Amino acid sequence: MRNILSLAVGLLFGVGLCVSGMSNPNKVLGFLDLAGAWDPSLAFVMGGAVIIGFLAFGLAKRRQRDLLGAPIELPQQSAIDPALVYGSLVFGMGWGLAGICPGPAIVDVGFFEPGAFVFVAAMTVGMIIHKFADLRGPAQPQRPIEQDA
Amino acid sequence: MTIDWAHFTPWSALSGGLLIGLAATALILGAGRILGAAGIVGGALALKSGDTGWRLALIAGLLLAPTLLWLIGAADRPRIAASWPTLIAAGLLVGFGARLASGCTSGHGVCGLARLSPRSLVATALFMLAGFATVFFVRHLSV
Repeated sequence: MRNILSLAVGLLFGVGLCVSGMSNPNKVLGFLDLAGAWDPSLAFVMGGAVIIGFLAFGLAKRRQRDLLGAPIELPQQSAIDPALVYGSLVFGMGWGLAGICPGPAIVDVGFFEPGAFVFVAAMTVGMIIHKFADLRGPAQPQRPIEQDA
Repeated sequence: MTIDWAHFTPWSALSGGLLIGLAATALILGAGRILGAAGIVGGALALKSGDTGWRLALIAGLLLAPTLLWLIGAADRPRIAASWPTLIAAGLLVGFGARLASGCTSGHGVCGLARLSPRSLVATALFMLAGFATVFFVRHLSV
């Protein structure tokens, strides 16, 4: 049941990324190019998604369990630490280089776009490097549970 | 600053954004998880039993979305213009950076902002700043 729901969420997310223009790297680069001919469209994507999300997470905060009965896992981290700062800057650099972020990269593989395969392979390697570096890094504080965002 | 009115598509951007918001809603209320692409992929690489199936199912949905759009005649195939070396560099930075920051455009930029998380606000401001700066450097400063 959980997997069927996740599949449907992936489809909806993917269709949203396509309809919005996020899956088109040229559109993304047009949004990030403030000094050129700027295309502000993608601000509307974030606006639309955040408005709906605001209502959903408002509701989620007041619930203990999801509709399938499992506990709702909201991120607990609150520290603005160097990992957050440097990670976001590195991520933004990569995003600006090609105009592709993780969700759209997978959708573009679904379009059989050759460059997307190259990007996703490199992205996966980047994630594995992070995992590896995390294990061997100097005295990293132990994070209790892996919580994203 | 000049606005590129020829490519400005506020309505499709807004409707796509609403769909993304609905997907995040379905995942948090239905399965209790945050819709963050980097976290979902990164978590799938951990291959932790009981926590991998839903991730793979969601990734499968993302992969099938273009086919679904194609079936209803609405697919608009994107073109990736960047060279392979650029794509490799960009992919490495995106994968490593998003995991280090515990989130990407969807995890911090959509879900985090919607949760009014200060961490996500900082992350989103920084990755957008870095994105603006990188595009400025590549398009307007390099020779």
